[in-house]
Amino acid sequence: MAHLELQDLKQSYGTHVVVNGVSFRVETGSIACLLGPSGCGKTTLLRCIAGFEPVAAGEIHLEGKLVSRAGYALPPEKRRIGMVFQDYALFPHLTIAGNIAFGLGATPNNERAARVTQLLETVGLAGQGEKFPHELSGGQQQRVSLARALAPKPELILLDEPFSNLDVDLRERLSHEVREILKREGMTAVLVTHDQNEAFAMADEIGVMDEGRIQQWDTPYNLYHQPANRFVADFVGQGVFLPGQVISAHEVEVELGTLHSALPLECSQGCMACGKECGVDVLLRPDDIIHDDRSTLQAEVVHKAFRGADILYSLRLVSGVRVLSLVPSHHNHALGEKIGIRLDVDHVVAFKTPTRQFASGSGPKVVPVTFRA
Amino acid sequence: MSYNWNWGVFLQPSASGDDTYLGWLFTGLKWTISLSLSAWVIALIVGSIIGVLRTVPNRWLSGFATGYVELFRNIPLLVQLFIWYFVLPELLPVELGNAFKQSNPLWQQFFCAMLCLGLFTSARVAEQVRSGIESLPKGQKNAGLAMGFTLPQVYRHVLMPMAYRIIMPPLTSEFLNIFKNSAVATTIGLIELSRQAQQLVDYTAQPYEAFIAVTVMYLLINVTVMFLMRRLEEKVRVPGFVGGK
Repeated sequence: MAHLELQDLKQSYGTHVVVNGVSFRVETGSIACLLGPSGCGKTTLLRCIAGFEPVAAGEIHLEGKLVSRAGYALPPEKRRIGMVFQDYALFPHLTIAGNIAFGLGATPNNERAARVTQLLETVGLAGQGEKFPHELSGGQQQRVSLARALAPKPELILLDEPFSNLDVDLRERLSHEVREILKREGMTAVLVTHDQNEAFAMADEIGVMDEGRIQQWDTPYNLYHQPANRFVADFVGQGVFLPGQVISAHEVEVELGTLHSALPLECSQGCMACGKECGVDVLLRPDDIIHDDRSTLQAEVVHKAFRGADILYSLRLVSGVRVLSLVPSHHNHALGEKIGIRLDVDHVVAFKTPTRQFASGSGPKVVPVTFRA
Repeated sequence: MSYNWNWGVFLQPSASGDDTYLGWLFTGLKWTISLSLSAWVIALIVGSIIGVLRTVPNRWLSGFATGYVELFRNIPLLVQLFIWYFVLPELLPVELGNAFKQSNPLWQQFFCAMLCLGLFTSARVAEQVRSGIESLPKGQKNAGLAMGFTLPQVYRHVLMPMAYRIIMPPLTSEFLNIFKNSAVATTIGLIELSRQAQQLVDYTAQPYEAFIAVTVMYLLINVTVMFLMRRLEEKVRVPGFVGGK
């Protein structure tokens, strides 16, 4: 039995459909993440799970118990959830210990004090219980917020963009710490974020959302290496689409040569069905293109981003198409220089070239080949 | 200007014979203070309830509270007082109205003035309570609910403790206002502080002394209120918020 299960959930504001038929399940002890751009419906979904928001259709089950459906919502206070907010939402008039003990209600005093002490230790703030929230740094406040959510031993922890108010270094460190803590406490958790690094660092499984739908529910590894559609391919990680032709079940021809896929071509939009000579867009990640001085394939450096250990080059092919290449940092080339490259594609990801129709909108959606430097 | 200053007038026996003029002023002071304090209790209680109702997620309750606030803050205080004193007893069931009219006139005046001042001020307190609650981040309420607290409990333990702290300075002003506004009770005949000053002028023809003395008394009341409220503010302040450092 899944710990949390959503079945075909829908929610809209007026005529604007925000969540459009979302289903997923999270097993006990697992950390799931809803990842997507602003306005994709992920926060609304989290609010539905928390019970702050009614649902228009579908069902939410927590521990096998129905908590939300159209016309019924178990109030948030009865759901036994713990929530961590973007702005921490600590109670400023209470001490740190007071905040953590807040949800402990009728617990006897000595047990309550013991739990608070234990949680302060868990989040690395032992001995700071008498301070007030404003005396702590942002990262510390967020850890208190986590401790407060954990205190009543909830069924489920919900984290709403928990690290977005923190600076990059702290964000990375804290997301690992929070994952450790959640795992140690055996908590089931759902995280919402627009930051894929945060999602990768925290989650066991990620649901990529766009336009109110889950585009793909998978492990971080699979999202990156086997995106289910163009949106996921584009949103998760960097990369460009290169036009190509399918020549066999294991081969695609692109400008840079023929790509051999160890696995049969996985082309989600049915290109295998159309047989040979099918037009596709092939996803090329920056690590699929390797800099090789001996290679006869040449490309011009049009942009470079120095990132310390490596440099992310934007390269222009002869045809004018741009690709990305991640190159070890000591291969320092100037803009305009031609450098040798070769392909090293382990697994080909390709999508059927959309039919370019600009009329009425009844045709398939045009997804432009995007480029992100 | 020829004016005979006579500060000794306060110690002279009054026209009623059983008191000094200073005694008159103190009697007035007593009425002013008891009227204002009892009205303030009403204003705080009713104002808090109405202010909270304005923020609850229920259209009927918040609509009622909005109507209440608009009614009481848009009618002049003096008009409200006349309605309470002259109109309302006529609207009561005949027996109740008669019973009211036959009771001690002093209590009639006091009761009407107290209700009038209390409810008038409650509309203003309600607005402050509402703004205090609304100034808190939305996450506070959700955090409380997520912790397993019901909405009334969230108000009691999360929202109100902060809202009251935040609105402490404007509440102090309202508290001061109620002492000053209590002077309108004069118009229905309650012999409070400012009324006593007028009487003093009528009997002694020493207007400067009378009004200077009354001014000083109002000033003392308000300085005391300000001092006490400041102490309270310091005691409950949360650093980083209004009233804190």
